[in-house]
Amino acid sequence: MDATLFLNQLFNGFSVASLYLLASLGLALSFGLMRVINMAHGEMLMLGGYLAWMTLLVVPGAAGIILAIPVAFVGAAAMGGLIQSTLIRRLSARPLDTLLATWGVSLILQQGARDLFGAVGVEVRAPDWLSGSIALAGVTIPSARIFIIAVAVLVLGSLALLLLRSRIGLLVRAVNQDRMMAAATGIDVKRVDFTIFCLGAGIAGLAGVMLALLGPVTPNVGQSYIIPAFLVVVMGGLGSIVGTTAAAAILGLFSALAQIFVDVSVAQMLLLVFVVLFIQVRPQGVIAVRTRALDV
Amino acid sequence: MSDPTLLQRVSKALPWLLLVLAIVAPFALSAYDLNLLARFMAMAILALGIVLIWGHGGILSLGQGVFFGIGGYAIAMHMKMADLPEGELPDFMLWSGQESLPFWWAPFASPTFAIAAILFVPVLVGSLFAWAVFHRRVGGTYFALITQALALAFATLIISRQDVTGGFNGLTDFYGIFGVGLSSPGVPAALYWLTLALLVASYCGVRLLLASRFGMLLRAARDGENRIRFLGYNPTPFKVVAFAIAAMLAGIAGALFTLHAGVVSPALIGVVPSIEMVVWVAIGGRYSLAGAIVGALLVNIARDAVSSAFPELWLYLMGLLFILVVTLLPNGLAGLVASKRA
Amino acid sequence: MSSSAVADLLLSVDGVTIDYSGFKALDNFSMTLQRGETRVVIGPNGAGKSTLCDTIIGRVRPSSGRVLFRGEDISGLPEQAIVGRGICRKFQAPGVLPTLSVRNNLALAARKDRRWWKSMGLGIPAAERATIDEVLETIGLAERAGDEAGALSHGEKQWLEIGMVVATGAELLLLDEPTAGMGPAETSRTAQLILGLGASRTVLVIDHDMSFVEQLQASVTVMHQGKFLKQGSIAEIRADAEVAAVYLGHAA
Repeated sequence: MDATLFLNQLFNGFSVASLYLLASLGLALSFGLMRVINMAHGEMLMLGGYLAWMTLLVVPGAAGIILAIPVAFVGAAAMGGLIQSTLIRRLSARPLDTLLATWGVSLILQQGARDLFGAVGVEVRAPDWLSGSIALAGVTIPSARIFIIAVAVLVLGSLALLLLRSRIGLLVRAVNQDRMMAAATGIDVKRVDFTIFCLGAGIAGLAGVMLALLGPVTPNVGQSYIIPAFLVVVMGGLGSIVGTTAAAAILGLFSALAQIFVDVSVAQMLLLVFVVLFIQVRPQGVIAVRTRALDV
Repeated sequence: MSDPTLLQRVSKALPWLLLVLAIVAPFALSAYDLNLLARFMAMAILALGIVLIWGHGGILSLGQGVFFGIGGYAIAMHMKMADLPEGELPDFMLWSGQESLPFWWAPFASPTFAIAAILFVPVLVGSLFAWAVFHRRVGGTYFALITQALALAFATLIISRQDVTGGFNGLTDFYGIFGVGLSSPGVPAALYWLTLALLVASYCGVRLLLASRFGMLLRAARDGENRIRFLGYNPTPFKVVAFAIAAMLAGIAGALFTLHAGVVSPALIGVVPSIEMVVWVAIGGRYSLAGAIVGALLVNIARDAVSSAFPELWLYLMGLLFILVVTLLPNGLAGLVASKRA
Repeated sequence: MSSSAVADLLLSVDGVTIDYSGFKALDNFSMTLQRGETRVVIGPNGAGKSTLCDTIIGRVRPSSGRVLFRGEDISGLPEQAIVGRGICRKFQAPGVLPTLSVRNNLALAARKDRRWWKSMGLGIPAAERATIDEVLETIGLAERAGDEAGALSHGEKQWLEIGMVVATGAELLLLDEPTAGMGPAETSRTAQLILGLGASRTVLVIDHDMSFVEQLQASVTVMHQGKFLKQGSIAEIRADAEVAAVYLGHAA
């Protein structure tokens, strides 16, 4: 095997893993708290992408990219908050129904984007310092991918800090461990749900900005990342950030390295087979939480 | 018990009336409408399987399109091969420069093999897949997400292997089945009756299964998997068998649909169509077999009416249907009828 | 120990430790049960009583130690296999199947052959129907046989679940707080029910309610912090200073 190709794909794998991570962190956080998956989460990526595009129309250049990040975060978080408070909260005891209802939201958002921005998609012109590449030990690495990895690490770091050091983090961990007990001690569980849901949607919006740097933003851009992100959640273990990060890294690297030998479509099938095989070994996910509850 | 009210009498007689109407439909409907009705009835067979696994088993599959596709492609491959003179290749393979027939195409020339494949490949794939997930006690939301990934992977694989699968365009241009032309006089009506007969048989079969102890255990596993485990039952085989039966029904549905539609393609079996199949049942009523048939027919008729005129509108409508049915009418139309009757 | 006592040994929990990442719910715990015996396990909250049941029935796997049933090691078997060998458990929260009728709840429990391909039939075999009717009488729910189990009162659900455990024909019954949420009248009915099960069954009861324990006239095992503390008749346990200290929260 060609060493350069291997190194290239290895690096690619890390940037794919970063995108999977950004796309799945919000899913995993809310799943840990509420046991529900928002199928419209992919559309938060899409929304982030379009918001980045619009920001760059107003403020072109490097400043635009920097500005696009908070804009996409806030926009997606607001949309997430709307979905959570109007729909998901009403269905919280019915996880499968939540899947279906939020899928309905996803369809509407996609079609809405198609009507507003067209089906073809829009291009974000990355500033020069992001569209170049860096040569390192014979491997050319696109700058945009380095930027994406850096952003993912930064987001992960801030999230860890937030969960471990802040008051809201303490509340989240409490609700995560025992929802009823947390509610009984006077924690406003619904408010914690809402906050975390917005935060997760915001992170996905941020991931949308990264997607915009890699290629055109289309109405179904979220769909191509969301299904691997679902698999990350399946593999990560219930509500565990460490597990989600490890799962995103494993699946990102697996998918990129598999593409050395097979094409994208076969790699996708192999990814699924890999997850099913992984379940055989560790059905509780990468990070297992041993619980005493009868029905999880 | 007092005298049955008029409403009760009507609702008792209605299914039989509809069945009679369905039987005589070929004499009353235009060829085009009959063909549509036959397609939708084929889809209703798949919907029965969703009631079995989702309503009574609590297993949400977002990948039924995969099994529908296996059935559809199996019959399509047979029809492609059956039309072919010895040693020649199907048209699309020639166009994409394929030089020899892939080994896994050859046996589909045999009608027996094709029928066996329609019935048993979905069962095999479905039970292996379901067993691998369920025996490790992974289920619920996780299972739904994994089945969706399966639907995506399956459709993508077919699209990317243009030279041996027909790719995005799928397989089409069939001339006949088992030696008779698909459009020869009498054949469409015969295929329609075949579909109707299989729909009625599937309905009776699933109904019997749900009334048996198997159905009781399936519902018990849905409501409390651990409860039945502590009564000494292993819930896994019950869920796996239900899933395999639903897969088989989906395969039969796919084969019949392909016969009527004259085409099978990834656009009919991927992520979006797979989840649409669930909405038929959600609207009809997830616990009700009759509701599932009605739901499959109604949604497809509506889809046909709306999407030919306003294709964009259909997606909004479907999105809205999902949200409204699930939040306001979790038992679907069947639940509405039951509450009126009570 | 006499040789007949060895022959009559039904269950032995042998030095079992259950470790929840550092917290030892059971700590080198041992106990034995003779055939036909009724035993009550008491202890303060968190003493490990429910974990003991979990371990016997296979819900949790011991980090060390073994569980022997009829002389065979059953630790590590899946739950349904352990139930198949003749142990059945009633959970703390009523574990009936709410959407099935009372009769069907018992029918599932009374089923002799639990393999899936034997479940395709519609009817209930005569022998199983006889068991069901008998249990319905025992638990006093014969008149409610056709009702959905979800519609029963709390106490009736508890009795139904005891009935289900009995209907399985298991030799060892584990009853985890069978009187939880019951008033005094219901509690003594439950005690009568358990006493009426007869000598063919071995029963392990977990409960807090001392009046209930007294009605059962059984010997008592006291647990504390996952460890074995004392065993004896109820009078002996009442008089024990160490047990009193544990219940009053003093360090022993």
